Amino acid sequence: MAVAQAAHKNREFLWRRLHTLSGVIPVGLFLLEHLFTNATALRGPAAFNDAVDAIQTLPLLHFIEFVFIFLPITYHGVFGLYVAFVSGYNANRFSFGRNILFVLQRVTGVITFVFIIFHLWTTRFSGNAPNYDMVHNLVSNPAYFWFMIIGVVAATFHFANGLWSFCIHWGITVGARAQRITAWVTMIVFVVLAGMGVASIIAFTHSA
Amino acid sequence: MSTAAETVETTRTVHLIIERQDSPESEPYTEEFVVPYRPGMNVIACLMEIQRNPRNKNGDPVAPVTWEMNCLEEICGACTMVINNRPRQACSALVDKLEQPIRIRPMRTFPVVRDLVVDRSRMFDALKKIKAWVPIDGTYDLGPGPRMSERDQQIAYELSRCFTCGACVEACPNVNDKNPFIGPFAISQARLFNMHPTGAMHKEDRLEALMGEGGIHECGNAQNCVQVCPKGIPLTTSIAAMNRQVTYHALGAWLRK
Repeated sequence: MAVAQAAHKNREFLWRRLHTLSGVIPVGLFLLEHLFTNATALRGPAAFNDAVDAIQTLPLLHFIEFVFIFLPITYHGVFGLYVAFVSGYNANRFSFGRNILFVLQRVTGVITFVFIIFHLWTTRFSGNAPNYDMVHNLVSNPAYFWFMIIGVVAATFHFANGLWSFCIHWGITVGARAQRITAWVTMIVFVVLAGMGVASIIAFTHSA
Repeated sequence: MSTAAETVETTRTVHLIIERQDSPESEPYTEEFVVPYRPGMNVIACLMEIQRNPRNKNGDPVAPVTWEMNCLEEICGACTMVINNRPRQACSALVDKLEQPIRIRPMRTFPVVRDLVVDRSRMFDALKKIKAWVPIDGTYDLGPGPRMSERDQQIAYELSRCFTCGACVEACPNVNDKNPFIGPFAISQARLFNMHPTGAMHKEDRLEALMGEGGIHECGNAQNCVQVCPKGIPLTTSIAAMNRQVTYHALGAWLRK
């Protein structure tokens, strides 16, 4: 049993590194793709429906969806809940900016996890065809609209701030200056992506 | 000096609120003390004053507050405690620069022995785990060893100022009951000894230790450590630098298999 326990403990490093990696590749990349596709709604229902059709006609769509989206997102989400659980929270005692962002990263992670489950349930697994009208009907409900806004802001923050952390975990940004600049860059990424996501949701409220 | 000024000077007091604990198992409680003020006094001087006249704010006789100290010049780390919410050395905590009442408590990330005395042996265990030394012992003279560049000496000097006080361990959110994280200081020490030309001979052992239980992957980048380090050691830079070494080591080891 002790041997099994030791082997389990040694893998913690691997699980943690896989967690930070999966958050960027492929989950982060998928988030970007998803936000860009949704943003086509800004050019009207037809543009969005064309973009959806392009995805729907991809070869091996179910395979791509399962291996590159469903599996990594489930791993990142479930292991992330464990990470959030074993983290300590002391921002009340140490109110340094980075410590507050450390807490926010975990809070937005949990919000995004819940958001994604409900989001998938009402879209991908709702039985409705994926098109402009389906989304329009959903966001026409004010509660769902605000739920989407919160989800998009949480997800984009978690992604952008996670990129900052990713750069440290993999030893890319080492010095304090590099980390400070990356912090600014990732916060700009957050603002741009969140703005894009919110604008898309608002665009969907206009009837086709 | 006029007599009026002297009277004011002698009636000035320092108000302390101390979190106490009689034994490792007993419940903590707070006790307030008022000690006479002296110019330039530090928190150690306040504690000595309590030791001299162990009476609480109400004047009741109590057991004097226990604490650890040694160098009294912020170089040994023994008197580290949480003063006004910040883990720091009591010797360099000057009363004139502290807001009153001064709130003092032990660093609870470590097991409390009594009052402000904590058991920091987990830090020593962490240093043993990452082999925080340069192996030079042999049955014969091993010679002077390779030279170290001036630039590396400068960085190493900065890192070598760590005195294992525990402030970074106390401030780190990921050092807790649910997490076996060894703490920021140990990762910085691994960097120090990996930099040393002779110490580098055990580089892999240290990297393996950092990838083991409670290793570098438990760091969540809250970066409180670098804010509270009394020596201003670039702990977060050390963590990122070791992340880089560990990444190369892990990928390299995997591809060599």
